[in-house]
Amino acid sequence: MDKEEGMAVKDSAESYVTDDGRTIGGVLMDIRSITLRFGGVTAINDISFDIREGEIRAIIGPNGAGKSSMLNVISGFYVPQEGEVWFRGALRPPMKPYQVARQGIARTFQNIALFEGMSVLDNVMTGRLNHMNSSMWSQALWLGRAEAEEHENRERVERVIDFLEIQHIRKTPVGRLPYGLKKRVELARALSAEPELLLLDEPMAGMNVEEKEDMSRFILEVNDEFGTTIALIEHDMGVVMDLSDRVVVMDYGRKIGDGTPHDVRNNQEVIDAYLGVSHD
Amino acid sequence: MTDWEDELATGTQAPGGAPDTIPGLLARNADKYGASPAYREKEFGIWQSWTWAEAAEEIEALALGFLTLGVEKGDHIAVIGRNRPYLYWTMVAAQMTGAVPVPIYQEAVGDEIAYVLDHCDARFIVAGDQEQVDKVLEVQDQLGNLTHMVYLDPRGMRKYDHAKLTRFSTLQEAGRAARTDLIGELEARRSALTGDDTCVMLYTSGTTGRPKGVVLSYHNIVETSRNSSDFDKLRAGDEILAYLPMAWVGDFIFSIGQAYWTGFCVNCPENADTMMSDLREIGPTYYFAPPRVFETLLTNVMIRMEDAGRFKKWLFRVFMDHARKVGPKLLDGQDVGLGDRLKYMLGELFVYAPLKNTLGFTRVRVGYTAGEAIGPEIFDFYRSLGINLKQLYGQTEASVFITQQADGEVRSDTVGTPTPGVELRIDDNGEVFYRSPGVFVEYYQNAESTRDTKDAEGWVATGDAGFIEESSGQLRIIDRAKDVGKMADGSMFAPKYVENKLKFYPNVLEAVVLGAGRDYCTAFINIDLTAVGNWAERNNIAYASYQELAGHQQVLDTIQSHVEEVNASVAEDEMLSGCQIRRFLVLHKELDADDGELTRTRKVRRRIIEEKYADLIAALYDGSPEVSTVTEVTYEDGRKGSIAATLQIRDAAIREVAVRMAAE
Repeated sequence: MDKEEGMAVKDSAESYVTDDGRTIGGVLMDIRSITLRFGGVTAINDISFDIREGEIRAIIGPNGAGKSSMLNVISGFYVPQEGEVWFRGALRPPMKPYQVARQGIARTFQNIALFEGMSVLDNVMTGRLNHMNSSMWSQALWLGRAEAEEHENRERVERVIDFLEIQHIRKTPVGRLPYGLKKRVELARALSAEPELLLLDEPMAGMNVEEKEDMSRFILEVNDEFGTTIALIEHDMGVVMDLSDRVVVMDYGRKIGDGTPHDVRNNQEVIDAYLGVSHD
Repeated sequence: MTDWEDELATGTQAPGGAPDTIPGLLARNADKYGASPAYREKEFGIWQSWTWAEAAEEIEALALGFLTLGVEKGDHIAVIGRNRPYLYWTMVAAQMTGAVPVPIYQEAVGDEIAYVLDHCDARFIVAGDQEQVDKVLEVQDQLGNLTHMVYLDPRGMRKYDHAKLTRFSTLQEAGRAARTDLIGELEARRSALTGDDTCVMLYTSGTTGRPKGVVLSYHNIVETSRNSSDFDKLRAGDEILAYLPMAWVGDFIFSIGQAYWTGFCVNCPENADTMMSDLREIGPTYYFAPPRVFETLLTNVMIRMEDAGRFKKWLFRVFMDHARKVGPKLLDGQDVGLGDRLKYMLGELFVYAPLKNTLGFTRVRVGYTAGEAIGPEIFDFYRSLGINLKQLYGQTEASVFITQQADGEVRSDTVGTPTPGVELRIDDNGEVFYRSPGVFVEYYQNAESTRDTKDAEGWVATGDAGFIEESSGQLRIIDRAKDVGKMADGSMFAPKYVENKLKFYPNVLEAVVLGAGRDYCTAFINIDLTAVGNWAERNNIAYASYQELAGHQQVLDTIQSHVEEVNASVAEDEMLSGCQIRRFLVLHKELDADDGELTRTRKVRRRIIEEKYADLIAALYDGSPEVSTVTEVTYEDGRKGSIAATLQIRDAAIREVAVRMAAE
């Protein structure tokens, strides 16, 4: 099921309805002329694109294109030398990652970053950290708001566990799980933060076909059921073309394409980047 | 017939004053046990529960909802999904409106669903989730009479066309809103129900041909539930875990019949994968599982013990040996010396109690297994722990119970004495017949089959060959009557008898023995991936697939030794000594219900297997050392593929039987 020809993507801020019945709203995040350098290396060179509310936006490109760096800029982990990130219509000042998380942006990592010794439930609960207001002492001693807060958070977490169908491993230490399930637990943790924008760094890397199908289904359902905006990096072209509404293509730190999967597939520069043309 | 006329006159009373319909029993329970739990389901990590009074309200709201959809008396309402309280309510709500619930196996594929829905002319379907709804939508063109569908889990359903589709809770709301208008109608329909009305229609999976709709009346279900509950002293306060398919008659009797008769609580697991931990949390007092489940549990226990430390292994061995010696005797109330008793108590402290707790069997007062033969070692293992595991023998057509074992009279090779109210007869060919209050009304729209199965006096043919043991009065089943045949030399051929012996080995998952009309017997064998895979891991044997493991020389050697041991044991039985297996092969794929090789209840479909693997059978009898074959397989999503393999055929040693030779 390709999302292609018939779909009109408008540049204006007006919202529109996709062929499969989802509503895409106005611009949620606007990335303007970002340049990121590490010493003499320019990882990202003057890139601009936007992410609209409710859409699935993919960032693709060959190895070393700067995709993960881009995701790290969005998540606030890297501060670019030049350019601006606008979120919900306001210019975002340089922030720490936890401040970005408070704004409603959650992510998963390319190399799974879970607490291996903790149970699935505890790992997913950590995603609720930003929703806990009681102090460490009241949480430790189960005083004041702590109990009510714990109940609220647990309920939300249980809904995510139910949604991602990981009830059977609720009490299992993450270290004992197979890779595909760990990826799902990471998604659960990100989801439990109730993000407005969800960043997925190669959610399908290293998965077999069946696991990829499951993960694709979950990504579509998260977007559909919770209306979460999703930005993802992925290597598997089939997955990207099927899942995403719009695709940004990067190569050597530059943006070489931006549009619907159909547009991007027919873009000569993109084809060259993937099939390989000598760069002089 | 006069008894029945009396019942009719009093409306909804069974002998003894209790209601004789399920909706009648619900009203009684809501009144009598109003505040005790009737249903529990684990959801969002917590056991949600409903009392009998709450359940009655939910069911009534749904029944009213059905009336708003235009459900008529006599309509069939199909129910498809996993065990959830909502779906049990659906069946009872359907009954209240005078409609007949028709539960369908949740793993059934499009064709099977289409056949059943079309055969019973279902006007309404209640489906558990999107997956089930999709399956029905796929075949809806073939279903002219389908009026409306109801779904439980709203996930993924938002974008569906809701013209003929309603969410379960929305329907209940509609029912509640229309209560004042429709309650009169519902009351009228509910009070018009009698013991002779249809309670449920269950499709038998059928080892041959198309499934048949078994019509069971309230009289069948309520009487059988009463007799069997009395037999085992089931009572309000008991707990069961409802995890077996809702379309299976056993689940209907346990989770609706007996639950409503006695007022005990039905617990539904969170999903299929959490069954074991849910079992442990609930700690049922009444538990049923097919032998396969007990086998798997025991295999898991043994595998985990292999990983235990030396001291724990020693402790386990010492006390399990002791338990095997005195455990069953203690359970049967026989005399056991004081020293042995004390040692057993120590064992209880260190091994049995913790093990039972881990398995979730701590509180089991009455446990049953049925459906297939259970290995004596497996059966004794559980009994030696002090778990009152017993056997029963039953059928859909009998509302389950034909025979069952009383406490203290339990053995692994018999299936018990007739349940109260059941008469038993063995005909000249050895086929078992029964007559009981549970005997089904008819096969739906299939008078011919009904006549073939049930005679004018109400005797029903079980299709099983067996005999009643003189000494104990207990029934012993040998095989399916139609499968019992003759070999070329005229000696008796009972495949299942041999297959069961093979399946008692943990390495063997399934076996199919062939030999009717032939000179000698041969067998197909399926290895058990859990047991054999674990063995391979321990012995550093690498394998990439089931197929590769199944063809491994050492695996074949092991299986061969099992086959030869079975031959030795078969040879001891004079009548059946001709059934020794001379040649066998290990199949390259697991026999699967999706490929039509097993029924949904995992019984072997011989005819289909014989057709499908004709090339393998030919090779088994023409003496070739190996055979190449290509087999079509069906994946879970309905797509088809094929596997090619070259299978080795092994010759197994057989024992000559002196007695028989002399007699000839």
